[in-house]
Amino acid sequence: MSAHASYYVPAQSRWPILASVAMFLLAFGAATLVNAITAESGTGVGLMMVLAGALMLGLILVGWFGNVIHESRAGLYNEQMDRSFRWGMSWFIFSEVMFFAAFFGALFYVRTLAVPWLGGEGERGVSQMLWPGFTAEWPLVNPPDAEKFPGPHALVDPWHIPLLNTILLVSSSFTVTLSHHALLRDDRAAIVRWLGLTVLLGIVFLGFQAYEYIHAYTELGLTLHAGVYGATFFILTGFHGLHVTLGTFMLIVILLRVLKGHFDPAHHFGFEAVTWYWHFVDVVWIGLFLFVYVI
Amino acid sequence: MSTLDTAVPGLHEEHHGPAKGLGRWLFTTNHKDIGTLYLWFSLLMFLTGGVMALLIRSELFQPGLQLVEPGFFNQLTTMHGLIMVFGAVMPAFVGLANWMVPLMIGAPDMALPRMNNWSFWILPFAFAILISTLFMDGGAPNFGWTFYAPLSTTYAPPSVTYFIFSIHIMGASSIMGAINIIATILNMRAPGMTMMKLPLFVWTWLITAFLLIAVMPVLAGVVTMMLMDIHFGTSFFNAAGGGDPVLFQHVFWFFGHPEVYIMILPAFGIVSQIIPTFSRKKLFGYASMVYATASIAVLSFLVWAHHMFTVGLPLAGELFFMFATMLIAVPTGVKVFNWVATMYRGSLTFETPMLFAVAFVVLFTIGGFSGLMLAIAPVDFQYHDTYFVVAHFHYVLVPGAIFSIMAGVYYWLPKWTGHMLDERMGKLHFWLSFIGVNITFFPMHFLGLAGMPRRIPDYALQFADFNMIASIGAFIFGFSQLLFVWNVIQNIRSREAATARVWEGAQGLEWEVPSPAPYHTHTTPPKVE
Ligand code: HEM
Ligand SMILES: [Cu+2]
Repeated sequence: MSAHASYYVPAQSRWPILASVAMFLLAFGAATLVNAITAESGTGVGLMMVLAGALMLGLILVGWFGNVIHESRAGLYNEQMDRSFRWGMSWFIFSEVMFFAAFFGALFYVRTLAVPWLGGEGERGVSQMLWPGFTAEWPLVNPPDAEKFPGPHALVDPWHIPLLNTILLVSSSFTVTLSHHALLRDDRAAIVRWLGLTVLLGIVFLGFQAYEYIHAYTELGLTLHAGVYGATFFILTGFHGLHVTLGTFMLIVILLRVLKGHFDPAHHFGFEAVTWYWHFVDVVWIGLFLFVYVI
Repeated sequence: MSTLDTAVPGLHEEHHGPAKGLGRWLFTTNHKDIGTLYLWFSLLMFLTGGVMALLIRSELFQPGLQLVEPGFFNQLTTMHGLIMVFGAVMPAFVGLANWMVPLMIGAPDMALPRMNNWSFWILPFAFAILISTLFMDGGAPNFGWTFYAPLSTTYAPPSVTYFIFSIHIMGASSIMGAINIIATILNMRAPGMTMMKLPLFVWTWLITAFLLIAVMPVLAGVVTMMLMDIHFGTSFFNAAGGGDPVLFQHVFWFFGHPEVYIMILPAFGIVSQIIPTFSRKKLFGYASMVYATASIAVLSFLVWAHHMFTVGLPLAGELFFMFATMLIAVPTGVKVFNWVATMYRGSLTFETPMLFAVAFVVLFTIGGFSGLMLAIAPVDFQYHDTYFVVAHFHYVLVPGAIFSIMAGVYYWLPKWTGHMLDERMGKLHFWLSFIGVNITFFPMHFLGLAGMPRRIPDYALQFADFNMIASIGAFIFGFSQLLFVWNVIQNIRSREAATARVWEGAQGLEWEVPSPAPYHTHTTPPKVE
């Protein structure tokens, strides 16, 4: 593939404006839907808009990425273009790190400051006047107002499913790296083998996570309503789970591309970007395992 | 799928001019088109937010309730703030970056042109959602632009959900825009354009883009927690479940304080371009300007709780955030010193852009000083939530951020349109704005010190005189902005051709290309010595 001499500036494109329309449908629809659920009124319009928006965005991304792949394989991208993609992906991952940082920050604040203060610690002890019987503890299983927010009666045991999931995700970081090494050697069979294994590990992880959620809801009483412990637990593990889902999906896409004969040892940034993303998801999980489950 | 796009291998885009008709604007990948779109959008939002401001000032012209319902008054202040911050100031700076960064660093376009189009086109949709809340049952968001819980959760109107999702997609737009700008600056510089040769506008935008990528996701996080609390039964901001409303403020201001620097660092950059041009001297202390900008950005992550001195922070927190905040005055002072030193013994002329830039230096500094007063925690107990805060942030935002945008537009407009400005009209706009802004916002310092609370539709009689003066000033300022619109349109239609250099003392790559700048510039990178 010959590298183009000058920087490739694409022609006009319809994808971005269509994608903006899709985002509008998603955002407006989601708000309408969520409001309807809370008001217990008909969810028709909102749901339709969300589904239409999601479908539209999905198709657009297929088309848009299709163009990019096409241009890349036609040799229109030079090394400078490759670097633009690298910077773009790195900063995108940084933005994701900051998104999780907000929730980790909330977790640390609640457990080291807010809950102890509610329990009467230090200068801020006045909060104790609101719920005099409340004692601070973490994990918080007895929230101040147990009527509104009945706490969980048991917690997830970190040394069962979470530990297993940690092992699964960490190994998947290794398998994806092995797949990358195979790509550098141009050993196609090994690329597919390791990549396939990575996808499998991701799916098993998600399966366990789903099982854990069901278990938490049906047996442990650990729900979104279970006070701030449940809130931080579900927002952190939930967004992480969504990211694993997206990552697995991305892995499947590059697996299909490998099967179609895309990528070579010199040009495979699409592949690398997905591995970066996967490692990021893995690192977030280690933080989760430590701060949400273990400590 | 690829029938929609014409990605013909080997096609040389650079020989093409703009497409015809509306499609040019909808599908464009050209940084100049996208910059233009951002700027028009920002102007539209500026006028929309401005109408709301004038409604607010009309209600406050006299004590008593006369024009609007108190509930609607709260919606007006909220929407005014949100529209000005996210719709007027931020998009204007992104528009200027789109136009000027590639020209200044010798790049053929932005690094990721299609994503660039996407970043822009999300905005009109996001604001359509936000503004449509005015027509919903229960009215628009009424909890202030800082949307503190529980006002924005337990006690919010149903439209808060639309607000949350519009913030989400605005954030996506900002993050993509910022990624594009960073990638462009880091990767697209012409050979020889080393980092320490970058024009300051580019440097300040590099750092601003970093701030955006760091804090917009935190904003997304905080509105997500709100959404969960409102609709899915969590208790992040509800003490009954072990959460804390103050947590909201911490997360919000962790975004919010860097956000105010997002709105001022590019302004610093613009002023640092303009002052040397009209002083016919090099910028004094270039390197110290770069380091000062970087240290302001670092410090901006460590000062957020100066907005929360009165919520009952532990004493150690009050002290830490007080001193950290005051520390920011040091690099800010370095900047002001350098601007003044650049003018010192320069051969100064005062064309319209320079007038706005000089006014920026003086009036922004007033805002910086009132900020310093607010940073003193024990004193802030008195000033917090009064008109003194309103005076402070309007001084840094209106004659600060907005004046710098005006200065930048007047400065670069000849490069965009190829026409010179009618200086007489430009100066008229400047003087009316300058006078209007001070009449509006200076009395607010006195109102605040005397104890008038912010965000109220009615006030005690002793505040009447200053409020009336402020309202008169607001009308002077507001209506003079029509002159700005007039000037821009006249400039586009004018026949007075501009030279490539436009201003006698102008330096930099953007002045090497003809005026108006051709549709594609720097397709072969220039060499920089
Ligand atoms: C020397 C620099 C500055 C210092 C020391 C400073 C300090 C402060 C402090 C302590 C407050 C909180 C006052 C209160 O609520 O009681 C405040 C509010 C504010 N500042 Fe600044 N500030 C500075 C510069 C800026 C700049 C450059 C901007 C924007 C371009 C800005 C925008 C704001 C805004 C919007 C608020 C009010 C937020 C609200 O409650 O609605 N400030 N500032
Ligand atoms: Cu601040």
